[in-house]
Amino acid sequence: MRCDPMADPTAVTKTVWRTHGHARRSTHTLRLRVSAALVAVTVLAVLLVPPLVRLDQQAVDLAAKLLPPSWSHPFGTDDVGRDLLLRCVYGLRVSLLVGVVAAFTATVIGTAVGATAGALGGWVDRAVMRLVDTFSSVPHLLLGIFVVAMFRPGVWPVVISVGVTHWLSTARIVRAEVLSLRSRPYIDAAVSGGASRWRVAVRHLLPGVLPQAGLAAVLMVPHAMWHESALSFLGLGLPTHTASLGTLIQGARGSLLAGQWWPTLFPGLFLIVPTLAVAGLAGVWRERINPRRRSELTL
Amino acid sequence: MTALPWGEMARLTARRALFAVPVLLVVTFGVFAVAAASPFDPVKAYAGTAALGADQETLDRLRENLGVDRPFTARWWDWLTSALGGDLGQSAVMRQPVAEVIGERLVWSALLCAAAFAAAVLLGTVLGVLAARRPGSLLDRAVTSLAYTLEAAPVFWTALLAVWLFALQLDVLPAGGLTDTGSDQVTFGQVTSHLILPAGVLAVSQLPWFTLYVRQGVGDALAEDPVRGARARGLSERTVLLGHALRSGLLPVLTLIGSRVPELITGALLVETVFSWPGIAAATVEAATSVDFPLLAALATLATAAVLAGNLLADLLYGLADPRVKLNEM
Repeated sequence: MRCDPMADPTAVTKTVWRTHGHARRSTHTLRLRVSAALVAVTVLAVLLVPPLVRLDQQAVDLAAKLLPPSWSHPFGTDDVGRDLLLRCVYGLRVSLLVGVVAAFTATVIGTAVGATAGALGGWVDRAVMRLVDTFSSVPHLLLGIFVVAMFRPGVWPVVISVGVTHWLSTARIVRAEVLSLRSRPYIDAAVSGGASRWRVAVRHLLPGVLPQAGLAAVLMVPHAMWHESALSFLGLGLPTHTASLGTLIQGARGSLLAGQWWPTLFPGLFLIVPTLAVAGLAGVWRERINPRRRSELTL
Repeated sequence: MTALPWGEMARLTARRALFAVPVLLVVTFGVFAVAAASPFDPVKAYAGTAALGADQETLDRLRENLGVDRPFTARWWDWLTSALGGDLGQSAVMRQPVAEVIGERLVWSALLCAAAFAAAVLLGTVLGVLAARRPGSLLDRAVTSLAYTLEAAPVFWTALLAVWLFALQLDVLPAGGLTDTGSDQVTFGQVTSHLILPAGVLAVSQLPWFTLYVRQGVGDALAEDPVRGARARGLSERTVLLGHALRSGLLPVLTLIGSRVPELITGALLVETVFSWPGIAAATVEAATSVDFPLLAALATLATAAVLAGNLLADLLYGLADPRVKLNEM
């Protein structure tokens, strides 16, 4: 489009306006609903399918191996005839569990470090933040691989690996929040009322920080899942009997080279959809809080 | 074009190099500390199954010979001093010196990363500008949604699907490796045809953030006074978009290039594994699988140095591109 200001002087403002107002609001609501629905479906599937559906995900049926998607097997079957839909749900369950625990671990570390740095200030703050800068110079996955290689094998090394690599952003967020809270009058009141440093930190600063830390934790779950599946894909993650989505993709490499795409495609989709849903929820939330900074990359 | 501020650039580089020293010290120290805290036993790894039948005395002697009976701080210091002399130790899994392993593979990794990054920057700029031109349009929404989806997609998954599509179904590109099977000759044509798919996948994995930031930067710039002024003067939309909005919109993106180097390395690690690309990443995975500590330690140090170098490069570029930024204040 040639936007000629002489021919149509309002063209510029129109393009700006088009992104606001009712149309924008309704796409928001749609995005919010779709994201919320997808998160709900994911959580329900993961929580309800294993106890309610009496199907064995490990049931091998060699006669039905590598069947393409059909009505009886919507995602097809893998190289030993296991139903891929069921395998994906179980894999998502493992990935999600590891992701949640790992994100929680990283958030606890990050909150503790960030709150300490922010509340104490001075040289402690400088030293800690320098350490955070140093840590962020090492690529996450490489550090994760190193930790897993040294402590292998098992679930906990993976959780630790995510925990030690993902706390940096939370520490930065929490520190910034603590610094802004520190100058509020109610903190001054608590200090002049004789509250100890510890009491101020735990009773007055920490509760104010928790919403931000909680949001960071939720946003970190997809990251942690991604990290876990990358490690599992490299053969360094979870042991093969606790199949996660990454393990499934790793296991499907042989079938892929033989031309069967479905054992690779569906586990990946199971990773993408929850990630997008969480990012969508966070995006809507962020725009409600701060409409100026829209369209920022929030994954 | 004015002369480049060589003096200021050299000073900034020197200052960053000085800052890199403590960072690398801390990282290597951390690597040794983690190894010391882990259940991994270098003696048992060295002796393999022979360690099971060996008596305690033999194991102790081996421990002394390998120098692992001393505290990890002493071992770290030894490693550091010999690393400064260029000796990074012996890689057990590759059966050759670590420095040699890295030297052989670094070129191929650098080639892959550079090709992918260049492609991502070019394509990302084009898509970002197209999306920013009309915010809320169909094209904008398509580009944004695609960017988010690609950002959420694990790069090894995209790589596998690309292999399936381009190498198996369409049969237009080789599925992996550096050269065709059966030929050892590394020729330009062979390397290029083997490079396209991995570099393309890596570029696609780096594309989303770049596109979205360019879209944001150009979109913001389009709403600012200089652009309004340019339009009021009757300049063509092309000049306004490329000469005014893109130039100022790209500036904030430049600073982000440096901060994306870790992601680029992470992506390269996974892409190289899928395509059996003979770079650093394949060595990393092999080193991790067989717990080859000297190789892992060297690779962690190398990756950190690469990230620091990337940050420096981005700052230098930013200083050159934006006359308001003073290099000696960074």
